[in-house]
Amino acid sequence: MPRFRQAVWDEPLLKEMSRQGRVGMLAPSDPKVMAKTKDPALFVPANMRRDSLDLPELSELQVLRHFNRLSQMNYSVELGMYPLGSCTMKYNPKVSELIASSDTVKQAHPLQPPETVQGLLSILYELERYLSEITGMSRFSLSTAAGAQGELAGVLMVRKYLREHGGSKKDEIIVPDSAHGTNPASAAMAGFRVVKVPSDSTGQVRASAVKELCSEKTAGMMFTVPNTLGLFESEVSEVCDAVHSVGGLMYYDGANMNALLGKARPGDMGFDVVHLNLHKTFATPHGGGGPGAGPVGVTKKLEEYLPVPVIALKRGAYTLDYGLDHTIGQLKGFVGNSAVLLRAYVYIRLLGASGLNNVSSLAVLAANYLWKSLDPEAFPVTHGKGLRRKHEAVVSVKSELPGAAMTMAKAILDYGMHSPTVYFPLIVHEALMIEPTESEPVEVLDDYARALNEIYRSMKAGSLGEVPKNTSVGKVDEVKASHPMTLRVHW
Amino acid sequence: MLRKVGAASVDELFSDIPNKVRLGRKLKIPEGGSEYTVRRDVTSRLSLNKTPPAALCFLGGGVWPHYVPAAVESIASRQEFYTSYTPYQAEVSQGMLQALFEYQSLMCDLLGMEACNSSLYDWASAAGEAVRMAGRVTGRKKALVAGNIGPTRLAVMRTYAEPMGMEFDTVGFDPVKGTVDLDDLRRKSKGDQACFYFENPNYFGVVEDRAHEIASIAHDSGALAMVGVDPISLSLIKEPGAYGADIVVGEGQPLGIAMNYGGPHLGIFAVKDVKLARSMPGRLIGITTTVADPSRKAFAMVLQAREQHIRREAATSNVCTNQSLMAVAAASYLSLLGKEGFRRLGESVISNSHFAARRFSKVAGVRSPHFRGSFFKEFVVSYSKAKAEPVFRKLAKKGILAGYPLDKRFGLKTQAGLFCVTEVHTADDIEMLAVALEEALRRA
Repeated sequence: MPRFRQAVWDEPLLKEMSRQGRVGMLAPSDPKVMAKTKDPALFVPANMRRDSLDLPELSELQVLRHFNRLSQMNYSVELGMYPLGSCTMKYNPKVSELIASSDTVKQAHPLQPPETVQGLLSILYELERYLSEITGMSRFSLSTAAGAQGELAGVLMVRKYLREHGGSKKDEIIVPDSAHGTNPASAAMAGFRVVKVPSDSTGQVRASAVKELCSEKTAGMMFTVPNTLGLFESEVSEVCDAVHSVGGLMYYDGANMNALLGKARPGDMGFDVVHLNLHKTFATPHGGGGPGAGPVGVTKKLEEYLPVPVIALKRGAYTLDYGLDHTIGQLKGFVGNSAVLLRAYVYIRLLGASGLNNVSSLAVLAANYLWKSLDPEAFPVTHGKGLRRKHEAVVSVKSELPGAAMTMAKAILDYGMHSPTVYFPLIVHEALMIEPTESEPVEVLDDYARALNEIYRSMKAGSLGEVPKNTSVGKVDEVKASHPMTLRVHW
Repeated sequence: MLRKVGAASVDELFSDIPNKVRLGRKLKIPEGGSEYTVRRDVTSRLSLNKTPPAALCFLGGGVWPHYVPAAVESIASRQEFYTSYTPYQAEVSQGMLQALFEYQSLMCDLLGMEACNSSLYDWASAAGEAVRMAGRVTGRKKALVAGNIGPTRLAVMRTYAEPMGMEFDTVGFDPVKGTVDLDDLRRKSKGDQACFYFENPNYFGVVEDRAHEIASIAHDSGALAMVGVDPISLSLIKEPGAYGADIVVGEGQPLGIAMNYGGPHLGIFAVKDVKLARSMPGRLIGITTTVADPSRKAFAMVLQAREQHIRREAATSNVCTNQSLMAVAAASYLSLLGKEGFRRLGESVISNSHFAARRFSKVAGVRSPHFRGSFFKEFVVSYSKAKAEPVFRKLAKKGILAGYPLDKRFGLKTQAGLFCVTEVHTADDIEMLAVALEEALRRA
């Protein structure tokens, strides 16, 4: 296995590097204008003039070095495997970055008249059609900025639709105990009470368990398929039926759609609302935490409830439609994260129908292969032992030592590979949630499994020592980070 | 690989999906193309867009044309930053964590605040989160907002806060100056509102020169003073922390981020009282040390117990994915321009906008600026004889994007458009717009 040592730059803060009088860049100013201006500061009323602003004073090269050095202390997909479960850290095609860096995208203002931005609007329109086909929905709004915002839009639509159809007493949303934290958080933001449905020993939600919780108060259910254990919910249709039978609506959390492209569609399972994470399944970069895009799609009866604007084709011209009759309104300023949407469009165009299908085939094959390459004694599964995994596998670290999963996570960093998601889903003790994605070659999967197995043996033998050792800094004191808490520098 | 997983084929791996929900056909999406083909096709379609440098853009309203320095683009294009995830494993993500910490620090200085999160989606959604937070902190169910704020911000605030039962009331503005009507604010501050939200400069581009009194009136009624800002204006204008703001939101896009036809942008969210940080939405980065060496500086996410992945339905917000990469761009932008460069940027912007407003005032049938209040980079121009919409379209046809029609909601008695002039515009650009405006008005 290749040796790894992350860069160590004892990089000061910008403020510590500052020297009086340095300017990295001067903004343009027109001498013709400045010649006619006495003192620009006088344009601001005296009582509203800024007294001082101590920004750092650095040269351009210093700024570049600072951030380039920081970047070298940051692990990323293009450096190595990054199998964070539920995050779908796949390869982000370079050509998407190139296309999105064109002035025809970057310099487009969201308020310019639609007739001057037909190129981009035609692309967004096609993307909307593609996403509808991929999910079996009738129409999408591309305006929501991330998965969680798509979720909020989704549950707000559920709420508004029900209120307009005699369901104003419906104030409960059912969420499985294995769900992403955003699900209950979004439901609560929309004013719902969250009712938790437990998974059974196979890690799945049973229709019978959902039926027991269903009542006249049930507004709907948020459901992730495959679920966060990487298992396809075999009773998904029956679950949808149960919720529909009491007048509720079904919400599909598309975070795990990477398992199902061209294989199965939430619309065919019985879902009414779907969000997709384009920064997961559709290969737009995660940006160290963002940006993303979380388009939200619906079946026919909910079309008029979508957040605005939606992209429309009217008399041969593409336009932004703000006029949906029952819209929940706007959740983000302007159109949406257009430059992210464009990247997802490029990804779909590169792969096409067969390519998308292959993505899910390979992602599922990789997840099962990696799981089967792990020592089953060390990394047992707690749910659904005999079942195939889809895009990810969740194992439990077998150990009497508390914090075993965290130790595994830190130790694997020393191999030049990122840790899996740990301690999630909450129903698995000492959980490692591994999602290799379709992007990894088999030898990297082998390396990863070998590393986890080796770390486990060392941990058991008590020979692991302090981890991590090869990263820019040793184990970070996260408790001290909050006591006392420093959120900014004072100068 | 199949042998190891014990399957005869890849299809077998999907055999657990019940037949009735399997697609059983190909997706109706065209087959894929080579990188060359796709790039050629997409790029040629995008070339239909009329954008700078092939067009002149004088549009604002919450997204503004500013120059993005090459060094900022270079930094934001580092794959180490853009292909990484949220820095959950701090030891291997110190670069992103420090960059975000620097962003928080720089923004606190710029805004005069004590805690700034590491980003939300955009200004509008940050304003939406702010109203929710004001409701949580004060336990009140009413929000008061200025009548001269951006229409998208108001729309998004309503969508965000309505489910918690928040009712909105609007304070009028002085029709001559364009600033918040303080008498109306006093009348409408009834002691049961969670916040008063105003923007500075406001949607008309006008500086709220009585910001201090506005904040005092809000405080006297037990409401939080919430301000929305264009960060570039803070190069010359007093920071909100200095006139009593409790929560500041804003749009970070002008700090080195492209307009991108609506996103990705950068939602700014900061609070004055560090105790309020515990009620904030979004990620926060703090400074700490390593476990083994208390002298070795390190960075980590803090107060995670507020967030959805820990607190679930009791979280302060559902936000997970944010705009980290944009925050890195903003941090590099602010440090690149620095103290002197940022001030001179502001001087260039305010000089250009005033030069333009004066020039437009010479155009027949125009009042420029429409409002008498001081302005920074945007101003309203009203037309005595023409409708704003056809003027806007006619200018666009000439390759000049300018004069976005003012929303009817503002109730102006004349037709008017919003103009934005920044450091990217020259005297010649302004002259071209003035001539085109003259022509458009003649024909409108």
